Amino acid sequence: MTAPVIEVRELTNRFGTQVVHERLDLTINSGEVLGLVGGSGAGKSVLVRTILGLREPSAGQVLWFGQDRAKMPDAERQRVERRLGVMFQDGALFSSLTVLENVLVPLKEYTRLREGFMIELARLKLALVGLPPDAADKYPEHLSGGMRKRAGIARALALDPDVLFLDEPTSGLDPIGATGFDQLIRTLASALGLTVILVTHDLDSVFAVCDRVAVIADRHIVVADAPARVAHHPHPWIQECFGGPRAARLPGFAPS
Amino acid sequence: MSAEFTWEQRDLHLRGHWTLEAIASLEAQLAPQPAAARVHGTALTSIDSAGALLLLTRFCAADTQRIGFSPAAEKLIELIVARRATNVAKLPRAHGLLGMLERAGIAMVRAKNEALALLGFTGLVLERAVQVALGRRRLRLTATVFHMERAGLDAVPIVCLLSFLVGAVVAFLGATVLADFGAAVLTVELVTYSFLREFGVLLTAILLAGRSGSAFTAEIGMMRAREEIDAIRALGLDPIELLVLPRTLALIVMLPLVAFLAVLAGILGGALVGSLSLGISPGLFLARLQEAAELRHFFVGMIKAPVFALLIALTACRQGLSVSGSAEAVGRHTTASVVQAIFLVILFDALFAILFREIGW
Repeated sequence: MTAPVIEVRELTNRFGTQVVHERLDLTINSGEVLGLVGGSGAGKSVLVRTILGLREPSAGQVLWFGQDRAKMPDAERQRVERRLGVMFQDGALFSSLTVLENVLVPLKEYTRLREGFMIELARLKLALVGLPPDAADKYPEHLSGGMRKRAGIARALALDPDVLFLDEPTSGLDPIGATGFDQLIRTLASALGLTVILVTHDLDSVFAVCDRVAVIADRHIVVADAPARVAHHPHPWIQECFGGPRAARLPGFAPS
Repeated sequence: MSAEFTWEQRDLHLRGHWTLEAIASLEAQLAPQPAAARVHGTALTSIDSAGALLLLTRFCAADTQRIGFSPAAEKLIELIVARRATNVAKLPRAHGLLGMLERAGIAMVRAKNEALALLGFTGLVLERAVQVALGRRRLRLTATVFHMERAGLDAVPIVCLLSFLVGAVVAFLGATVLADFGAAVLTVELVTYSFLREFGVLLTAILLAGRSGSAFTAEIGMMRAREEIDAIRALGLDPIELLVLPRTLALIVMLPLVAFLAVLAGILGGALVGSLSLGISPGLFLARLQEAAELRHFFVGMIKAPVFALLIALTACRQGLSVSGSAEAVGRHTTASVVQAIFLVILFDALFAILFREIGW
């Protein structure tokens, strides 16, 4: 077993008097698909933003590949940042660039490849996430929500990261689109050897793609384990969520 | 870290890191390679999708065999082979002379469509205005007054200041040219005529096109981008009645008033320069002004004001309503709005000049 990709130790996050996280611990192992679930306002997005360094924690540590993020020299931190890919909720594509140009942005910034090869590589990323060739020259506004999310992943994958963060990848998608997305995540995770952190509300996704689920409630991680085991955890929020009518029809899970 | 390869007849041996970071230098100076019969990945430390793409596109044919790759690398390469097959089409794009002609043609057709669309939009707004006048629709008085304050009253200081300065400049210009003919005193006529007939209203219109026209476009455009316009429609309300009419009316009322102040400020600027450096006392200036400024000059200027207001408001609102989607579109349409409005104002000013010349005013 290799070292954990990301470790969060004793993390505390406060907004004024409101405490979002208190002494929260989380370990993400290499090569796993980890689901991060929790009620609205439980602090999932804040946790992800803190892990990514988009927000400074009020207290505690975030370790990237075994190194304390706060203590890394700038150059080293930038190098590691390139190993982390993020897809934001609605793709967060740059609206003034075409889809292909969006994927080219990180390639142009960070590599010294020839333009022709760069474009080939960007087209490959679009193909990997299942976008049709004619989507490449379209602007984000002309794409459906699902396609924008896919394009967002393609941009996140541009630099071949080791870790991929997905914020609500299946929200706003129809059930067929969501299933396709689950398959895509599995395929990419196994073929590209990715570690995936999946923030989600969607129990279908959790059971379909996650190796482990971390439940965030009461300001910390209540449990982090295989989905089927998490479902039987006695915490009231988990019981309400996994025991509710929306969970009853899921395969491999019978409510207790 | 580097990516390396060696040939053994038609066998290709890969070594090192075939990753995005490492292949850059290799890719940049790679001569065309023959297709390998067999690729050996035994000595490969790591490979990612960039390295795999380079391998597949530069070294491999469809029948190339892969030997000794790790299961993970094999999985990656297979996925790329499978997905690439479905994604090869490239859109042709015209370059050179043909491309230039094409773009010129597109621009011509677009200009024609813009003109037609503005005409149609004018008709639509006029129809709604008539319905309001007949009492079939509500006049949004609060919104109208709000826009009168923001587009009209708030613009007074800047418009007056600029007119004052231009008035002074025209006076200096007149003095310089006319003094050679010993007619420096005619500067009064020059300033008065030019401001009453042209500059007062023209300066106001151009400033309001830049100031209020752009604001109208950006406001409505942002509402359009965030689907607020659709929400207005879905609630059974009419965006023309709600957004366009108040702005148009506000500008039609306010532009003539602001233009009147601009005329006063401009003449004041001329008078100041006259008394300070040309030796035309304020009393003399006023006396000549009363003699020279016939009422018709004032009307020539003021008749144009509501027309310019209509042009600016309609152009701005129409550009706002044709925004679609992104933040960039809002910026593009705001630019187009200001450019079109100023163009139309100057074009109509020229047409008015011809008209007044013909009727002898």
